[in-house]
Amino acid sequence: MRLSELQEVASLAGIATCVKLLLVPTYHSTDFEVHRNWLAITHSLPLKNWYSDESSEWTLDYPPFFAYFECFLSIFASMLDPQITHLQNGQGYASNTVILFQRISVMVADLFLYWGVCKISRHLSAVRKKLLLLAVIFSPGLFIVDHIHFQYNGFLLGMLLLSLAALQDGHDLLGGFWFAVLVCFKHLFAVAGPIYFVYLLRHYCRGPQKVLRFFKLAGTVVGVLVVAFGPFAYYNQIPQVIKRLFPFGRGLCHAYWAPNIWALYNIVDKAAAIVLRKIGVHVNVPQAALTGGLVGDFSPNALLPQITPKISALLVVGTMLPCLVQAWRHPRKTDVARWVVYAYACGFMFGWHVHEKASLHMVIPFSILAVQSLQDAGDFIFIATVATYSLFPLLFEAKEYPIKVLLLVLYILVMWVSFAHNMMERGELNSNEASVPISDSFVHESCNLEKLDEGKNVEKQPKEEGMQLLSIFEKVYLAGLVLVEIYGQVLHPFFLRDHLPFLPLMLISGYCSIGMLYFWAGQFFKIAFMSGFHIEQLPHMKKA
Amino acid sequence: MLQSETDVSRTPNCRSQRSTSAFITLLTRRSAIGTKKKKMEQAFVWPWNSQKWATFLAISMFAFLLRMLVALHSYSGAAVPPKYGDYEAQRHWMEITVHTPVKQWYQNTTDNDLCYWGLDYPPLTAYQSFVHGIFLNAVEPAAVALHTSRGYENTSSKLLMRWTVLSSDILVFFPAVLVFVALYYRQHANQEQAWALAMILLQPALMLIDHGHFQYNCISLGLAVGAAAAVIMRQELMACILFSLSLNHKQMSTYYAPAFFAHLLGRCFQCCSPVVGVMRLGVMVLATFAVCWWPFLSSWQSVLQVFSRLAPLERGLYEDYVANFWCSTSLLIKWKQLFSIPMLARLAMGMTIGASLPSMVQQILAPSAQGFLFSMLNSSFAFYLFAFQVHEKSVLLPVLPATLLALNEPQVLQYIVPIAVMSMLPLLRRDGLIIPYFALLSLFFLLPAHPVYGPRGKPDKQKRGIVKSSALNLLPFCSISGAVVLHLIYLFLHPPARYPFLFEALITVYCFVHFLALAIYTNWRQWFQAVDRAEVSKEE
Repeated sequence: MRLSELQEVASLAGIATCVKLLLVPTYHSTDFEVHRNWLAITHSLPLKNWYSDESSEWTLDYPPFFAYFECFLSIFASMLDPQITHLQNGQGYASNTVILFQRISVMVADLFLYWGVCKISRHLSAVRKKLLLLAVIFSPGLFIVDHIHFQYNGFLLGMLLLSLAALQDGHDLLGGFWFAVLVCFKHLFAVAGPIYFVYLLRHYCRGPQKVLRFFKLAGTVVGVLVVAFGPFAYYNQIPQVIKRLFPFGRGLCHAYWAPNIWALYNIVDKAAAIVLRKIGVHVNVPQAALTGGLVGDFSPNALLPQITPKISALLVVGTMLPCLVQAWRHPRKTDVARWVVYAYACGFMFGWHVHEKASLHMVIPFSILAVQSLQDAGDFIFIATVATYSLFPLLFEAKEYPIKVLLLVLYILVMWVSFAHNMMERGELNSNEASVPISDSFVHESCNLEKLDEGKNVEKQPKEEGMQLLSIFEKVYLAGLVLVEIYGQVLHPFFLRDHLPFLPLMLISGYCSIGMLYFWAGQFFKIAFMSGFHIEQLPHMKKA
Repeated sequence: MLQSETDVSRTPNCRSQRSTSAFITLLTRRSAIGTKKKKMEQAFVWPWNSQKWATFLAISMFAFLLRMLVALHSYSGAAVPPKYGDYEAQRHWMEITVHTPVKQWYQNTTDNDLCYWGLDYPPLTAYQSFVHGIFLNAVEPAAVALHTSRGYENTSSKLLMRWTVLSSDILVFFPAVLVFVALYYRQHANQEQAWALAMILLQPALMLIDHGHFQYNCISLGLAVGAAAAVIMRQELMACILFSLSLNHKQMSTYYAPAFFAHLLGRCFQCCSPVVGVMRLGVMVLATFAVCWWPFLSSWQSVLQVFSRLAPLERGLYEDYVANFWCSTSLLIKWKQLFSIPMLARLAMGMTIGASLPSMVQQILAPSAQGFLFSMLNSSFAFYLFAFQVHEKSVLLPVLPATLLALNEPQVLQYIVPIAVMSMLPLLRRDGLIIPYFALLSLFFLLPAHPVYGPRGKPDKQKRGIVKSSALNLLPFCSISGAVVLHLIYLFLHPPARYPFLFEALITVYCFVHFLALAIYTNWRQWFQAVDRAEVSKEE
C-alpha cells in the first residue's frame, strides 16, 4: 500500500477515533457489564470453568476466540486496576478507569475495521475508495452500537471485510480462513456459512487438484476450529459450550423487537387478538411479557401458530436457496459480497431471537456494493437509514438523543451528496462540468454574480440526477420515519401520556420492518429472478 | 497520449474533407473530456463547486455535534462545594435574575449575596441569564429556586444548562460566522471558504471553554464576529450596534475595542465630513449602551454600582496561570510586591495601549477589511499579554480573529490554536476535561492544515510547497517537540515539593514566548503585508 493511501485511511480513522473518544461518557448498556464480567471470568478462572461459571447472570455466551480475546484484554485490565477482573468484587464496577479501559479497547480493536476496509478498497478508483472509507468508518450504526451502547462489532466486521477482500482478490483459502476465525469469534456470523461453503466448494475446489484443494480448505477450517474449541474439548466442556452458545430458551423476539418479519407477525397477532376481543370472541391472551435479554423468557402468540426455532431456521435456509443456487451455478468472485449481504439479510429477517444490532452485518458489507453502482448506492442510503434508525431505541436517555439524530442525519447528508455527485451516469453532467470554467483562470477574479449563476447551472444537474438515487416510494417511506419519530417523541407522550408505553417502540420496529422487508425483497428479486444479473465488469478494477 | 490527440485536433484545417476533420475533432474532444472527467474524479469526492450550502451545512452540523459531545463531559467546579465553579456562577445568575427585581441584580441584598458569585458581567449577560432562567424555571423550577438551589446539579438540570449554551451557540455564533465567511471570503473558491468555516467552527479552544468549562463566550464572540462582518460590508452603524452589544455581554470584548475604534475612525476620515461621521457612530454607540443599561440609569449611584462590579480591581494582576507578560515575568520580578495595585493597573494600561498603538495607527491611516481583522488580532494580543486582570480563558479573544484570518494566515492559525489550547491545560485538567482536550486537539491536527484544492479546483502546489518547506524548518519541529515534552511532564510527573506549581509555570512561559513571537509577527504583517491588500479593496 502506498504511503499516501495509508495516510488517507489513518487520517479518517483518526478523526473517527477523536469522535469516539468524546463519546466515552455516554450511556453504556448492560453489555458493558457483560464484557467486564467476561474479563473477570477469563482472568480469574481456569479455562475449563469459563463456560460453566454462573457467579454473575451475564454468562459467557460467545465462542472461544472471543473468550481468548477477553483473556488477552484482561491482562492489561488487571494491570490497570485489579478490581476490573475480580469475579465478585468487580460486579457492577463502573469507575472511570474501567469505562476508559473498555471504551479504548473497542477503539483499538477497530483497527481491524480499518485494516479490512483498506483491503477491500484496494483495487477501487480513488473516488470510490474514499466513498467506501467514508461509508464504513463513519457508519453511525457502529458509533451507536459499539461506542455508545458498547459492543465489539467494528472489530468483527473488519474480519468479515478482510474475508470478503480475500475472496474478491481470488485468495479463497485466506477468505475461508478469515470467515472461520470470525465465526469462532461470534457465531451469529455463521448465517453466511452456507454461502461460503457452496462458493468455496465450487470456486476453489475445482480444476485437476480439486480433491487436494478440498482437503486444504477443510484442513484450514478444521484447524481454526481445533484451535478455538480444542482446549474445551480437552476438558470435556463442549456440550456446555454448545449449550451456552445456542440458548434456544430465549424468545422468538428480543426485548425490543428487531425490525424483521417476526415483528410484523407479532403485531398482526396482537392486532387480531384485540380486534377479536372487541367483536366479542373470547381469546386466550397470554400475559404479554415482552421478552428480556435473559435466557428463559418466552412469550407465546395469541392466535397465530407458534414459531419454533426449526421453522425459523428452515425459513432462513429456504430464502437463501436462490442465492445458493446462483453460487453453485456461477461462482463469480464479484458476486460474493452481494450473496453474503443477502445471507445476513435472510438471517436478520427470519432468524430466531434476532437483535436489532445484527442489521450492521448486512449494512457494512453492503457499502462495498454501494460504491460500485448507482442502484446499490440508493439502496444503501435507504437501508443504512432504516437500520440506523431502528437502533435508536437502544439509546433512550435524553442526553444521547440529539447525538444519535445528528450522527445519522450528518452521515446521510454526506453520503447522499457524495454518492449523488460521484455515482450518477454522468454523461450530460460530465460535459457540463467540463464546460464549467473551473479550469478557467478567470474564475478567481470573476465577480460574485457570475459565479452564482454558474453555480446554479451546475447545481441543477446533480440535483435532478441525485433524485434518482431513491425511488418515490423510498423517499416517502423515509419521510415517514420522521413522522414515526415525531409521534414517538412528541405526540404520544403528549396525548396518551403513560398509556400504552410500548406503542412507540412497536411502531418503530413495525415501520422499520417494512423497510427491511422491502430491502430484503429487492435483493431477493435481484438474485433470484434477474438470472443474467451480475455486477458490471467493474471497469475501475485493475486487471490482476 | 492526450498530447498527441490534441495535436490532431489542432490541425484539422489541413484535412481536405471537412466532415472527417469534424469527426476527428469530436472524437478527440470526447477523449479530452474523458481524461478531464478522470482528473475531476481524482480531485473531488465531495462536490465543492455545486453543493456549497450542503457543504456549509455539513460542516456546521459536525461542529455542532462536537459541541454536544464535549458537553457530555465534566465542567468547571462539578460537585466541588462550597463555591463550585463557573457552571454554578451561571446557574446562580439565573436564580438571581429570575427571582429578584432588576434594580437589585448588582446590589448586595438579603436575596442577592454578592460574595457568592455576584453578577460581575455587564447587563446583557444578566438579561441572557434572565431568559435562560425563565426557561429553566419553567422546566425544572428547583434548579433555579432562590436560596435553596445552590450547587444544584442533577442529570436533567445539567442537560438543560448545557442546552442553553448550545442553543446560544447555534443562534448567535454560527450565523455570525456563516455570514462572515460568505462575505469576507466571497472571492475565494467554495472549497477554501468551507475550509475557513471549518477552521473557525472547529477551533477547540472555544468549544472546550463554552461547552466543557461552561461559559457563554459564544454570544459575545458571535456578536463581535457579526460586527466584523458588518465592518467588512461597510455597514458602520450596524458594526457599532453589534460591537456595543458584544461589549455589553462581556467586558472582555474591550480587547477588540481599539481595532473597532481605529478602523471606524479611519473610515470616518475617508468620507467627506469626518466630524459628522464620528458623531453618528458615537450616538449609535451611546444609544445602544443606553438601551442595554436602561434599568440601571435611574441614578448615578446605581450606574457606579454596576461599574464597580464590572471592574474588580481587588482581584489582582492576573488569575491562576496566564501565559501573559505579567505572569511569566513574575517568576523573576515579583510585580505584586514591587508595586501597589493601582500602580500596577496604570502600568498595565500604559503597556496595553502602547502595544496596541501600532495596529491602531495603521487602521486610522489605511482602514481595510483585512487590516481590520489583523488589528483585531493585534489589539486582543496586546490586551491578553499586557492588560490587568487577565484570565487564561481570555486567550479566546486573540484566537478568534486568527481563525477569521484562516485563509490569509494559515500558518499563524496552525500555531496559535494549539498553543492557546495548551495554555489552558492546567485549567482544563482541573475541570476534568483531559479527554476532550486531547480529542479536539488531535482532531484539529487531523484536519487539513490548508485547503487541499486551490481556487481553481486543482491541488495547490504553491501552498503545499510553503508548508513542506516550513515543515523542514527547525522552528516548528522544536516547538512541537517542546510542547509534547511539556505535556508528558505535566501529566505524568510529580513536581518537586519545593515548587508545586513548577510545571504550570513552565507551560505558562512556553506559551508566552510563542504568543509574543506571534504578536510581533502579526503586527509586522499588518503593517507591511496588508497594505497592498488594502489597495486592492479600495479599487473595488
